[in-house]
Amino acid sequence: MARAVSTKQKVIWTALAWTFGLLMFFPILWTFLTSFKTEGQAIADPPVWFFFDWTLENYSAVQERSNYPKALMNSIVIAVGSTLLGIVIAVPAAWAMAFVPGKYTKDVLLWMLSTKMLPAVGVLYPLVLLAKWLGVIDSRILLVVVLMLINLPIIVWMLYTYFREIPGEILEASRMDGASLKSEIIYVLTPMALPGIASTILLNIILAWNEAFWTILLTTVNAAPLTAFIASFSAPEGLFYAKLSAASMMAIAPILIMGWFSQKQLVRGLTFGAVK
Amino acid sequence: MGNISLNQVTKSFGDVQVIPPLDLDIHEGEFVVFVGPSGCGKSTLLRLIAGLEDTSSGNISIDGQDATELPPAKRGLAMVFQSYALYPHMSVRKNIAFPMRMAGIDEAEQNTKIEAAAKALNLTDYLDRRPGQLSGGQRQRVAIGRAIVREPAAFLFDEPLSNLDAALRVGMRLEIMELHKKLSTTMIYVTHDQVEAMTMADKIVVLQAGVIEQVGSPLELYHTPRNKFVAGFIGSPKMNLIEGEEAAKHNATTIGIRPEHLGVSKTDGLWKGTVGVAEHLGSDTFIHVHKTGLMDMMTVRITGDIEARHGDTIYLTPDATQIHKFDANGLRIA
Repeated sequence: MARAVSTKQKVIWTALAWTFGLLMFFPILWTFLTSFKTEGQAIADPPVWFFFDWTLENYSAVQERSNYPKALMNSIVIAVGSTLLGIVIAVPAAWAMAFVPGKYTKDVLLWMLSTKMLPAVGVLYPLVLLAKWLGVIDSRILLVVVLMLINLPIIVWMLYTYFREIPGEILEASRMDGASLKSEIIYVLTPMALPGIASTILLNIILAWNEAFWTILLTTVNAAPLTAFIASFSAPEGLFYAKLSAASMMAIAPILIMGWFSQKQLVRGLTFGAVK
Repeated sequence: MGNISLNQVTKSFGDVQVIPPLDLDIHEGEFVVFVGPSGCGKSTLLRLIAGLEDTSSGNISIDGQDATELPPAKRGLAMVFQSYALYPHMSVRKNIAFPMRMAGIDEAEQNTKIEAAAKALNLTDYLDRRPGQLSGGQRQRVAIGRAIVREPAAFLFDEPLSNLDAALRVGMRLEIMELHKKLSTTMIYVTHDQVEAMTMADKIVVLQAGVIEQVGSPLELYHTPRNKFVAGFIGSPKMNLIEGEEAAKHNATTIGIRPEHLGVSKTDGLWKGTVGVAEHLGSDTFIHVHKTGLMDMMTVRITGDIEARHGDTIYLTPDATQIHKFDANGLRIA
């Protein structure tokens, strides 16, 4: 039975939701506004809100001082590359765990997740040494591999949950129809799990795009993505807030736009299995 | 082709042996039905033949070739599942084409076969639809179409009609039998419904707890059940099984008499009882009789309609030539 909600309640809840939403959005809004101010206005006390001389000088300054297209390209390669590599590895893994589970499958899944609880800094030293020894420091390939490894548990878990929803009989039918394991995964499992795989890809691109620990520490110039690009505008002295804001806006804009257009898919992906 | 033989096949899940050593021969062109109560191992047996489960020991041969270690794809069998198991992301056409695509058959030949199968199964108008847009009966026909185009050595059916409503079930049952007559391919059919088993099979395999209780034609099973279990399982309504003094009179531990072999009178007869519930089907009447002193409730089947009210006294007389006798181990006494 639907609960009766009075108009007053509706108004209160709507107002609360908007307040909370705007509160969450405020940092982004403030960064956006600051990116169009001069450095002086950016630190003015009391703060300037909407009525100032909007300027694009920060954006052009940022462009002049550093190579935005290169950082953008690095971000794309690293985020997309690590996600796709992760998917290629995780699909067979999740297939095995979902459809031919063994005695220890649950333990393996939990163990994989437990690696996410390890503080990243704990493996910083060995990883840097290893990368140096291999001569891959400050390279895209290193970041692709490292970010893939970091997000792999999440990718496997998400795919595992989606695969579990697929009736095993359909896969058995494909086996009876003469499909090899490869054909079964390519022609039957993957198309059926496509919505789930798409959500997984989207979420992981966002996670990899926003990853700022490894991307900043393992790169200097060549492979530096947008996270490193933003960081380079923070300085111990001098005025940098407006430029930093402009750089931030330029860095988050692509992923924000992607997230906006795919929000339906993302929400479905994140709540999948929770509501059925 | 389509000879399948199982030789000392066993199957265990962990420590539980669901199929003790079992031998079975299925000959080319036969319609074999595996029947038994749920959990009797009939589906497991079918899945062993299909290759979807590995045998724990023993071997399975198909057309003289040892298939025990072969993956399902290489056994040349086709299966129709209870849940239809169609590929939801493919059109009906693509579903039917899938096994041919896997076999690398060229497109022109694929199309010819799809058209032929669709025509035979009344699916021509639905070829471009997705399974989700079809009714249960149509989906099952697509599953059958997908099986036919493979031209398998044998068809395996795993309770294919269980998800259909009663009216459709009878229709599909006839269609499958018709198909068998037309193709003369070996068919193995699993069901828990003994009416399906009786009407469809050339040969029925009655299973209980993984053990074959009896193999035979439907009428063999009906007339000469090898033991009490088969006697009780085959036939509807169930055979009345009477123990004690009355059985001893026939030098047996248990005697069985089918509901249709009991004569009914309101005035006199061998056994006296009280009418419980009477089920009027029009063509037949089933009367459940209490207080006979022989067993809890006896069932009588009478052709046509008869007036029987709850609480009426009724007399039953068995047809002496139709009494089945079983010994202390439940086995038939000849």
